[in-house]
Amino acid sequence: MTSERLSSSLLPSWRQYGREVSVGVFLLLLLGYFGATPGFLQERNLRDILINAAPLVIAACGMSLVILAGMIDISAGSALAVCAVVAGLTAKAGAPLALVILLPVLTGAAIGAVNGWLVAFLRIPAIIVTLGMMSVLRGGIIWWTRGEWIGNLPPSFWAVGRGEVAGIPNPVWIALGMVVATALLLARTPFGRHIYAVGGNPLAAARMGISVRRVLWWVFVLHGALIGLSALVYASRFSVIQSNTGVGFELLVISAVVVGGVNIFGGQGTVWGSALGALLLQVISTGLIFRRVSEYWAPSVQGALVLLAVVADALRTRRAQR
Amino acid sequence: MKALIRRREAVLLLLLLVEMAAMQSLSPLFLTPDNLLEVVRQSAEIGLIALAMTLVIITAGIDLSVGSIVGLSVMVMGMLWEDARLPLAVAALLALLAGAGLGAFNGLLVTAVGIPPLIVTLATMAGFRGIALGMSQARSIRNFPEGFLWLGQGDVLGIPVQVWLLAVAALFFHLALTRTAWGRAVFSVGANEVAAQLSGVPVSRVKLQVYTLSGFMSALAAVVYAAHVSVAKPDAGLGFELTAITAVVLGGTAVSGGEGGVLGTLIALLMVGFLRSGLTLARVPSEAQDMMVGLLLILVVAVDRWSRRAGAERS
Repeated sequence: MTSERLSSSLLPSWRQYGREVSVGVFLLLLLGYFGATPGFLQERNLRDILINAAPLVIAACGMSLVILAGMIDISAGSALAVCAVVAGLTAKAGAPLALVILLPVLTGAAIGAVNGWLVAFLRIPAIIVTLGMMSVLRGGIIWWTRGEWIGNLPPSFWAVGRGEVAGIPNPVWIALGMVVATALLLARTPFGRHIYAVGGNPLAAARMGISVRRVLWWVFVLHGALIGLSALVYASRFSVIQSNTGVGFELLVISAVVVGGVNIFGGQGTVWGSALGALLLQVISTGLIFRRVSEYWAPSVQGALVLLAVVADALRTRRAQR
Repeated sequence: MKALIRRREAVLLLLLLVEMAAMQSLSPLFLTPDNLLEVVRQSAEIGLIALAMTLVIITAGIDLSVGSIVGLSVMVMGMLWEDARLPLAVAALLALLAGAGLGAFNGLLVTAVGIPPLIVTLATMAGFRGIALGMSQARSIRNFPEGFLWLGQGDVLGIPVQVWLLAVAALFFHLALTRTAWGRAVFSVGANEVAAQLSGVPVSRVKLQVYTLSGFMSALAAVVYAAHVSVAKPDAGLGFELTAITAVVLGGTAVSGGEGGVLGTLIALLMVGFLRSGLTLARVPSEAQDMMVGLLLILVVAVDRWSRRAGAERS
């Protein structure tokens, strides 16, 4: 089964993209459904949906790497808050834009490096490492900021989140860039193929001479850096940063990736699917607001969507095995 | 293996005593009966959940949805009582039933469909919380009768009611795990699922039972918790999963399954409870405490892995 998984990820074919196509069709159907509500299909709203989805899409690129490698990270929401605060404080200190962009990304990469070290080299299960890290980071950031909001952000900070190039908002450009870069990394580089191999079957990957530990460590570092970028894009749209930023974000990101068809056991899926999954979640969340469904129900819709996706995966795998 | 577990529990007890001494030096208010009983009272509710979580983790599974089951079952109880005008006792019983049902739902997705427990319970963690918030529209329910509040605030022979409840449940879980064929089946599922299946253990049924139990104990904790804080809120139990899992793992139950026990979980639960209480008395903010509990979890598992590897290399 593993070799079949591997070859199917190496040789692209239309059948392989079945999930991406079906998520795309579902997305269009939803747009049609919500489109019946006045104002939903207006350009401004569609633009808002894309901007709102951008941080999720960027984080989903990183989470795709993690899940493709057979791992999980539930500290992503807390890491997002830490990186957002770092971005805000750097901007407030009057640092040049390059530094405001670089510091949160490096912070994220450092958090990823710690997670990755604990997972890859100390071999602690990723769920335990990131569960612990989730409360370490969240507790740390509330302690550090004393739970206060970071306000008075300089307008130059908004250049990232509110600016636009060629009529398209910066967040959308950044998200698109990250998806393309991640897709190229996965499909066209040895490192990308190693991620699939490690996620598909770590033992076999090790026998092929792949340094499983190093691949896993780098996956967490890249994922962390992407969380940092996602935090920057997210934070630079608002005029305040709250210390409870990103509570529950990890689940949203994992949902996007799983709904997009990345196999939760690792080794199978594409970042295109994850990006579509993220868009789907955003369309549903905006659509429910337009339909005046109470926002309290939103977590259930999201949970149900994830279950639907994984049940479909499980049934498909079972059929393929027969 | 038994000697190893015993030794581990002895080490934990020793650590607990050292910790209590350290906390006493931080604040002279720590080692007073009132404070200790209050810590035990607060720990007992999560303790009920941690007992069942121990079994779940012994089968190499995990249940992240326990906190949300607390929130949903407490609202089932509250709304059946306030809106449907059922007697509170009946509403509480139905809430326990609902908890078991939610647990069984998790269990079915794990066994019948074959989805990893981490993903199932991550999804239902969001799902159940959303249902709790949605059906109640985030309102709280108060004014429970005095007799019900006794469950969470009363004493029997000077000891909090929920501590008696925890003691009875712990004894029951301990005996079930160590003295019955079912307990051996739970261990064998976690140690080697394929071998267990081949030797005739009904693997799926055992897992289903364990997740159902986890849901039931979460609902039990919810009822006691509502009586303790005198209010039913849909965000009840937020973060309980972290404390429960920390206690189980700290108590020596291996995340990879097949090893562990409820005694270690209980001692570790007290360790976390005393740590938080001592730090609170020393005016350390609760966020910093969360940080330390998270660090403790990572540290303990890291040391455990390291010592195991060292032990494996020696033999």
